[in-house]
Amino acid sequence: MDRREFIKIAGISSIFGLGGLTAFGTLKGKLEASQTGPSQNPQALKAKRWAMVIDTTKFKTAEDFQRCIDACHKAHNVPHITDNIKHEVKWMWTDTYEHVFPGVEDEYLAEKVKELPMIVLCNHCDNPACVRVCPTKATFKRKSDGIVMMDMHRCIGCRFCMAACPYGARSFNYKDPRPYIKEEDINHEFPTRMKGVVEKCTFCYERLVKGLMPACVEASNGALIFGDLEDPNSEVRKILSERHSFRRRPELGTRPSVYYLF
Amino acid sequence: MYNGGKIIIGLIIFIGIIALPFVFSGKSASVKPEPKLDTPEILKLPENERKCVESKEYMIREHMKMLNQWRDWVVRDGLTIYTSSSGKQYTMSLQNTCMKCHSNKSKFCDECHNYTAVKPYCWDCHIKPKEKEL
Repeated sequence: MDRREFIKIAGISSIFGLGGLTAFGTLKGKLEASQTGPSQNPQALKAKRWAMVIDTTKFKTAEDFQRCIDACHKAHNVPHITDNIKHEVKWMWTDTYEHVFPGVEDEYLAEKVKELPMIVLCNHCDNPACVRVCPTKATFKRKSDGIVMMDMHRCIGCRFCMAACPYGARSFNYKDPRPYIKEEDINHEFPTRMKGVVEKCTFCYERLVKGLMPACVEASNGALIFGDLEDPNSEVRKILSERHSFRRRPELGTRPSVYYLF
Repeated sequence: MYNGGKIIIGLIIFIGIIALPFVFSGKSASVKPEPKLDTPEILKLPENERKCVESKEYMIREHMKMLNQWRDWVVRDGLTIYTSSSGKQYTMSLQNTCMKCHSNKSKFCDECHNYTAVKPYCWDCHIKPKEKEL
């Protein structure tokens, strides 16, 4: 064998060797990944973008609102703070038509609409202002299903998100919320929050992953409809294509995922 | 020795002050922590199923890293099932999985955490299990 031939063989065999190593590595990685580590619950409800439709015509009495709010606040250990209105923590609440839809209050609005309280919650915007301003990425939009999430472990309580949110959907824990949750109302499956973090509705991510609908949707007797906005056959899409709907403050370009029907 | 008496008295006072922390903490600082595993929930399990998610040695060494990793998987990635090296599947949750067996926070978590003076802030938000007297 002359030198030229030796170098040829050495070069070719090293290329094969490297290729073999990488192929082996990927195979091994795939095998290991399937054996241990994290995976999604097979029962989880899946969607490309979760959305909620609120049928305001189905909310007739104050009790209809309260049932949804209580279901939510109980499921998530939301404190009931009444001694200082500024310290109030809420994931879901009601407000008047002109506060929910500012700028569209007409002079001769139908009496029943004018008087009607609206149920409001985090809009889980497609283009969320709160996420853009969060310095620690404690609030972020999930790529998989569009839910605007809160990671309480990362929140430093700077409240930029509260200033950024045009819907006032976020509450700050000015004090330890624990004394304000009744002992018998505590949901032991879900954590509370601590002093100095911001909280809001999370579209019940912890229930969706178990295959359950959000707590408020379950309690609403069909007044709240929940589904995948990107799936043309979903219930929300069917309703939206049949009836005229509104979103809150569309001019801001946040593209909310919560729709109101009248 | 010049001023021998004063020096010796001074030395005795000095040693006394240095020894104060040992006197006050008594034995507790040197007692080896013994986390207890005998909760009613664990005792209810059949002998061969009394195993943690991973091996005991791994859990002692890596539990803090594992909890961090679980937190990110659940909160940020939406993955909630953990397949352990033994192939068994668990729901990743401190409150609903770990503490369902280890329902004795004061004898299980705090025992070592107090000894090593680490103060994890898990329980500021997560609800600790109600501890039953054995």
